[in-house]
Amino acid sequence: MEKKTALYDKHVACGGKMVPFGGFILPVQYETGVIAEHMAVREKVGIFDVSHMGEVLCTGKDAVKYLNHLLANSYDGMYDGQARYSPMCNEHGGIVDDMIAYRINEEKFLFVPNAANKDKDFKWMQEHVIGDVKLEDISETMGQIAIQGPNSKAVVLKLAKEEDLPKKYYSATFDKEFAGKKVIISRTGYTGEFGYEIYCQKDDTPAIWDALMEAGKEYGLIPCGLGARDTLRLEAGMPLYGHEMTDDISPLEADLGIFVKMDKEEFVGKEAIEKMPLNRIRVGLKVTGRGIIREHMDLYVGDKKVGISTSGTQLPFCGGAYAMALVDVAYKEIGTKIEADVRGRRVEAEVCPLPFYKREKK
Amino acid sequence: MNTPAELKYTKSHEWVKMEGSEATIGLSDFAQNALGDLVFVNLPEVGDAVTAGEVFADVESVKAVSDVYCPVSGEVAEINEELLDDPAKINEAPYDAWFIKVKNVGDTEELMTADEYEKHCENE
Repeated sequence: MEKKTALYDKHVACGGKMVPFGGFILPVQYETGVIAEHMAVREKVGIFDVSHMGEVLCTGKDAVKYLNHLLANSYDGMYDGQARYSPMCNEHGGIVDDMIAYRINEEKFLFVPNAANKDKDFKWMQEHVIGDVKLEDISETMGQIAIQGPNSKAVVLKLAKEEDLPKKYYSATFDKEFAGKKVIISRTGYTGEFGYEIYCQKDDTPAIWDALMEAGKEYGLIPCGLGARDTLRLEAGMPLYGHEMTDDISPLEADLGIFVKMDKEEFVGKEAIEKMPLNRIRVGLKVTGRGIIREHMDLYVGDKKVGISTSGTQLPFCGGAYAMALVDVAYKEIGTKIEADVRGRRVEAEVCPLPFYKREKK
Repeated sequence: MNTPAELKYTKSHEWVKMEGSEATIGLSDFAQNALGDLVFVNLPEVGDAVTAGEVFADVESVKAVSDVYCPVSGEVAEINEELLDDPAKINEAPYDAWFIKVKNVGDTEELMTADEYEKHCENE
């Protein structure tokens, strides 16, 4: 049975089409539709219920040492409030999950894993404890709302003090007042757009949602569903667990090498990654023929199978069909012509740079 | 939900307009609403044979692919090329956005009146 987030009634009242996702029932879209929701985030501002995301607290004097063991990225040299993204690898060099970890202080970190993986992750994290650390799954007590788009700061400033906002991308402020509630304000997101994510007490989520809906009216804010969340992350070239990352795909194959610190003394999966030849790698594909390349479609150059697509659809802002794929490294160069088998029909595409969309920095 | 009374409907949510031995076929308002924003349409070619109850086209929304079933058997007389360039027309005006015209119509699927179809949709 899927769980409801604290915002379930709000979604239904807004005309949300509710679907199961990662153990929750969430809106895939509202009456506005995926395209309008996608464009609102690129051009104005959109809000998302992301309360399904997991939250795990890690406390103890060996917290930094533990994170460096558990995750492929380095958690050294961070300031309080800083966030770092990392794949979490298995012993074979595949990926258990990807997540953000926030440093609250030197002995206290907050992990944010994917909803569908949270229970598996928590077990994995407990099995790999080293030193003096305690883990606590606080997912059930938390809500989370993402505010994404160029107008998100203007909206957020109506509900919080400017000095309480995190200044840098991938940082957060803790215990700040937002719409009268105590929250974590984070400058992160999964859309490729400027924005914030607000972590709050579960019971405070509806009041914060209402305050955002009201504050955002003059800025063109609309609620956005999982459909737009997926097209936005794809357009921004961001990988999704279960698609570009799995237990059998290494972070180097997923082209996440900058988050894998091979100069660290050790981390789970390091040995396997070191030994593994890099035969395939994640690339972007632009569809040049007629059709849409979706996930799990075989890719060919002539009669030779050269890879498989991992995600793909029509991208509303770019205005064309694009896909991400894992291909044989011999075919990774930009401009390489590849065909996908789309339900028995060949659709032409070519390798193109990732991300498909990059925000213009002002 | 908009369900014009002069059309006939299938359980799989296509609409048909019968004129003598010719049929015009499209997707119902209920279907376009359930599918969401459509971004791609695949149509057969003029001259292709189509069979009642079998797939003759597919439509893709941002999220998924869906097959479209032919309510009648016959030969494709005309296709709506406008849809190939602008599938959003199906969302905007599902009863103007016809997919194909079929001539020499033989067999047909079990077709419903507008009233029957609305009841069918209530149970979907």
